[in-house]
Amino acid sequence: MTHGVFLFLTTFLASGVEAVEALTIVLAVGVVRGWRSPLIGVGVAALVLAAVVAVLGPALRLIPIDTLRLVVGALLLVFGLQWLRKAILRSSGYKELHDEGAAFQEERALAASASTEERAGMDWYSFTVAFKGVLLEGLEVVFIVITFGAAQGRLPLAAAAAVAAVLVVAGIGLLVRAPLERVPENTIKFAVGLLLTSFGVFWGGEGAGVSWPGGDLAILGILAFLALVSVVLVRLLRRERIATLPAAEVGA
Amino acid sequence: MSHVRAFGVFWWDFIVGDDWVVAAGVAVGLGLTALLTHRDIAAWWVLPSAVALVLVISLRRATRSSK
Repeated sequence: MTHGVFLFLTTFLASGVEAVEALTIVLAVGVVRGWRSPLIGVGVAALVLAAVVAVLGPALRLIPIDTLRLVVGALLLVFGLQWLRKAILRSSGYKELHDEGAAFQEERALAASASTEERAGMDWYSFTVAFKGVLLEGLEVVFIVITFGAAQGRLPLAAAAAVAAVLVVAGIGLLVRAPLERVPENTIKFAVGLLLTSFGVFWGGEGAGVSWPGGDLAILGILAFLALVSVVLVRLLRRERIATLPAAEVGA
Repeated sequence: MSHVRAFGVFWWDFIVGDDWVVAAGVAVGLGLTALLTHRDIAAWWVLPSAVALVLVISLRRATRSSK
């Protein structure tokens, strides 16, 4: 039950933030150059991503569960730590916060200056930018869906969470027709990084033969420990960064 | 760049990311855990500690390179 809730939550949040980033790209191209070609690009990318899930998901079930959990745990750890590391650097001011408004303006300017080339009856620039944007953002989602779904044997639930998140973001995007700047992307990425890393520790440990104290509930202890470590690191780094700034900048 | 090389670079970036120390630290942590459990030694504390240590080292590397 706990795992099911975490699985849905993690996949939903991760898919949501990636969908927000993909939406920004598609909106910027669509607003400037028209909607037909970018929407075809979105559709083709979605088909490719669905095919990857359909092929790799069931294939992973053929691997023995302990080996699968070790591999999935290792991948989630590496992937989750990347998210967490970036989130801590952003929260402490060492890396700029992701700004959907700025990304939209930048993408829009590029779309306006790009030349028009017709291929297969489409504006090729619009098609490829939307296709690549959705495919690259979507690959991270697919990775999370497949690893989480396979390790727990609940691929349909993970896929449903991802689809739900994409539908919510696309629905809001259609209504407002603007980048979703108010979505607290950095906070969500922090939470997703913590969840991915915690499950990576849990499953990686199980795969390596660990018997967790408290059984499944150990996941909550791991999550709490990693959250505490991350908050302490953010505070230490923030203090360190402020100490190295010139006095005028601190006062401003 | 050949397609094979580009394919390899893409997956390296996708999985290993900005700092190879993270992937190496995870591999060492998992290896040590497996070694201890194989010898019937309680090893549940190894991975959480390894993750915290890897995070500290990787962040230290990132903040030093940004100064």
